[in-house]
Amino acid sequence: MTTTTEQDPMLALPPEVLYDLHRRMVRIRLFEEEAGKLMEAGRMPGFLHLYVGQEAVAAGVMATLRRDDVVTSTHRGHGHAVAKGADLRYMYAELFGKQTGYCKGRGGSMHINDLSIGMLGANGIVGGGIPHAVGAALAASYKGQDSVAVPFFGDGATNIGAFHESANLAAVLRLPVLFVCENNGYAEFTPQDRHMLLKDVADRAASYGMPGEIVDGMDAVAVYLAALRLVARARDGEGPALLEAKTYRYYDHQGVKGLRIPYRTQEEIDTWKERDAITALEQRMVNAKVATSEELEKVWSDTREEIAAAIEFADQSPDPDPADLLDNVYTV
Amino acid sequence: MREITYVKAFTESLMQLMAEDENIVIIGEDVAHYGGVFHAFDGLWKTYGEKRVIDTPISEMGFIGMGVGAAARGLRPVCDLMFFDFIGVALDQLYNQAAKLKYMFGGDVTVPLTLTTAGGAGLSAGPQHSQSLEAWLAHVPGLKVALPSSPHDVKGLMVAAVRDDNPTVVVLNKRMLGTKGPVPEELYEIPFGQANTVRPGRDVTVIAVGRMVTEAVTAATELAKSGIEAEVIDVRTVQPLDSRTILESVRRTNRALVVHEAVTFGGIGAEISSQIQEEAFDYLDAPVLRLGAPFSPVPFSPVLERAYIPDSNRISDWVRRLLERSGG
Repeated sequence: MTTTTEQDPMLALPPEVLYDLHRRMVRIRLFEEEAGKLMEAGRMPGFLHLYVGQEAVAAGVMATLRRDDVVTSTHRGHGHAVAKGADLRYMYAELFGKQTGYCKGRGGSMHINDLSIGMLGANGIVGGGIPHAVGAALAASYKGQDSVAVPFFGDGATNIGAFHESANLAAVLRLPVLFVCENNGYAEFTPQDRHMLLKDVADRAASYGMPGEIVDGMDAVAVYLAALRLVARARDGEGPALLEAKTYRYYDHQGVKGLRIPYRTQEEIDTWKERDAITALEQRMVNAKVATSEELEKVWSDTREEIAAAIEFADQSPDPDPADLLDNVYTV
Repeated sequence: MREITYVKAFTESLMQLMAEDENIVIIGEDVAHYGGVFHAFDGLWKTYGEKRVIDTPISEMGFIGMGVGAAARGLRPVCDLMFFDFIGVALDQLYNQAAKLKYMFGGDVTVPLTLTTAGGAGLSAGPQHSQSLEAWLAHVPGLKVALPSSPHDVKGLMVAAVRDDNPTVVVLNKRMLGTKGPVPEELYEIPFGQANTVRPGRDVTVIAVGRMVTEAVTAATELAKSGIEAEVIDVRTVQPLDSRTILESVRRTNRALVVHEAVTFGGIGAEISSQIQEEAFDYLDAPVLRLGAPFSPVPFSPVLERAYIPDSNRISDWVRRLLERSGG
């Protein structure tokens, strides 16, 4: 991590990019914290896989993408949806299982999607969405468009066939795909050193003849700069690449309180939290006089208001009608 | 009408469909340069080029999943799974992804994907290249599944499948690839969910799936010599299933036999039989019978395989049994 402002690559970026990265991360953080509270309060059904801690990855990558660039996401997908520009009202409404939700209450937390902003869905099957991104890239390339596709997945997903088949296919067909691995160190509850012998997921890229890079996933600027380069490369027709972002999730695999299984130490959690991506960026921005603390605080308070309104919208929204249960099983 | 083979009817449907709709692409192993292991894709690559006929690595999950993503973004992919038996390595992309995206994304996404594959026994292809697994797929909401029983139906069902905005699966029968029959030269659709009464009859309804239609017709011709008139219904698609045609027939004949190549236990015959007893119980003069394969993998030895697959002789025997049991 860069600490001296003199050398900070952040300073080469226009301030707007930094405001944008900061805002995207704050929106994710608050969306998730509030979702956690709602779950704790028993106001939401189902599972909740919180993205808190990993914000720099979604924010950094999405800030390099256009609206027509397609992303696919995971069971831990709220961060990607928020960062891609999803409407928080429809997201909460989906978490509540309401008719106004992104999936009309048919999908839930693990399936938020919005094709109009290039969000080709979160996916409940580990690795399941990766081939869809390759297909989106194929469609774009077939139609002569210069959009790219970015599948997000975790370290655990790089052990599943869908990842390997997709990586090889994208490479062989030379498709504009940036594979983004969010390595948070755990496949559910199993630490990385017990689920693969490699230290770096990025090394897997070599098997498919594509570049693999590692970036600090707690540094939004670093993620942004790496993604900017690799996305441009894919857009220029130079084929796919794999970007591994080393990051950490603050909450448990699922839920807020966790199962009280001591698979991580408090010390480990605290060490990562000391490097919190949002706090770190704020310090850098203030130190570099790109923003004042007051300006940054306003982003938090504005977002809190937006989120309160979104939750109110979701809460007041109607439930789906059981008479429409079969809607969209088939296209008719 | 001119006659062409079952496999040529398949190729012709794609050749004409691709001329009609430039969003159709073909994706699969050896489908381009080689033309497919059954030559089902012969000439397509030469006509439409590498951009539209795409050879892939041996990665069924990957390329079917790629088809799902491409379909969601406006293409109309036809993905080819060389043998139906290989579905296991790719199934997630079919039943959890293609079948569910529309529903679980609130209708925001459509997946006009067609999966073509070759199933069925009778070529000594052994336990992993001979299966009939249509009941698995028919069980999944969101999928549509066809098993064409003639060259004419191959073309008509392929046209309907590829033009459909839902994920569809067309299961060719390997043993019928060289079978010739009349096929119109122009494009025509056979709608999914519309069974075909291949042969009318008054004494018994034989509901057949895929290649068993041919065997059932042979059996019916033989039975007619003894004065038994069997009505033969080709279901054409197992999802959706044309229950109306089946029930209407059984209410007239009062007896029903379901025949398929798949193992009897849990096969589509169980569903059909159950629907008949639920909806037409009072019309039945005998229990509904099911004739399928025994509960075993498909054997390799020609002797064993012949014993395994239902044929016209067995169908005739079962029809006679059905009539003997009849009270009315």
